[in-house]
Amino acid sequence: MERARIATVWLDGCSGCHMSFLDLDEALLVLADRIELVYSPLVDQKEFPENVDVTLVEGSVSSVEDEEKIRRIRSRTKILVSLGDCAVTSNVPSMRNPLKPEAILRRAYIENVTVQAQIPNQDVPPLLPEARPVHETVKVDVFVPGCPPSAGLIGSVLTELLEGRTPDLAGQVRFG
Amino acid sequence: MSPLSTLTPRVKTLKINGLDVSASEGEKILDVARQNGIQIPTLCQLDGLTSVGACRLCLVEVKGTPKLLPACVTSVEEGMEVTTTSERLVKYRQMILELLFSERNHICSVCVSNGHCDLQGMAQAHGMTHVRFPYLYPQQGVDASHRRYVMDHNRCILCARCVRVCDEIEGAHTWDIQGRGGDAFVITDFNQPWGESQTCTSCGKCVQVCPTGALSEKGKSVAEMTKKREFVPYLTLMREEL
Repeated sequence: MERARIATVWLDGCSGCHMSFLDLDEALLVLADRIELVYSPLVDQKEFPENVDVTLVEGSVSSVEDEEKIRRIRSRTKILVSLGDCAVTSNVPSMRNPLKPEAILRRAYIENVTVQAQIPNQDVPPLLPEARPVHETVKVDVFVPGCPPSAGLIGSVLTELLEGRTPDLAGQVRFG
Repeated sequence: MSPLSTLTPRVKTLKINGLDVSASEGEKILDVARQNGIQIPTLCQLDGLTSVGACRLCLVEVKGTPKLLPACVTSVEEGMEVTTTSERLVKYRQMILELLFSERNHICSVCVSNGHCDLQGMAQAHGMTHVRFPYLYPQQGVDASHRRYVMDHNRCILCARCVRVCDEIEGAHTWDIQGRGGDAFVITDFNQPWGESQTCTSCGKCVQVCPTGALSEKGKSVAEMTKKREFVPYLTLMREEL
């Protein structure tokens, strides 16, 4: 049987959703027989590949790099899953949104440091004016809110998708 | 008209979801539905406080009118035919919840009321998995000037439960609402810091009735703020018996 090509992506989030995914423990071994993990923070693959069946996206779209990434991912993915509150609602990253990015950078890199105060402008992607949920930038097929979603929920969502079904999570999930 | 007929409430007969029910004149659709085991979702309504129809979650369909009517403030009428759930109502209730989430900065994961929040619970009950409207991210303040309590405007849904309990139960009327529409916000006294209020008795009733984490006790961390609300209908009942 051909294995499903699965990717996981980490945008502006805390990696908690990836940690929750790893909490599947031995169930990961069962999943491993059915999937090929083609791109993820957990594997050494620099370029997001073509023809991905399912991509789980953690984190909100907060920087220019995030925006470019998610557009490329969308164009190369059949089923895009918004995983966790940062991807679904923009959650904690959005706490900066009522303020201007310049004010935040100044606070973080100038006002609160005593040595070499400077706003980084090399090798660091510029921030977007606001951190936004993934579905405000590209079309999302499945929403899995939660901070983070439980391991069991992530496992069941993946299993459903592998079986060719679209999981209906209405009433089973909540923000937070 | 005999003296007795002026004292006896008139009985109205109507249908709710096809069920024949009777009610006293002046009773609201919400109360009559509940008496007959029909649940209608509510957020701003709280037993023991007057109803104001602020959240519109209890909207129902009434035959003969194209408008959706809030069940909490709409009086029963003879021959009325009420529908409390339909595809249209479900759609609008979901929309109302999504608009509430998009209007302010409701970040459940870092909220004192995470897991104990009426708004969060209602969203879950209505199958909300995401918000289809663009989030507004307004700049809202936090008033921590009171020695016991905190007001976080980011989490306020303007249900006015705090305003009503302070006025109707405590009798202080410290709270009010200033402004209109999306720019409205709750204030204490003449929009001065809560800690400087001359009228606040620090009773905490507003904190307990608040449906979200907008009003909380100081020292509570994420998910620690549970609310106790049983006292409101109890106090109302005891006062009625005086």
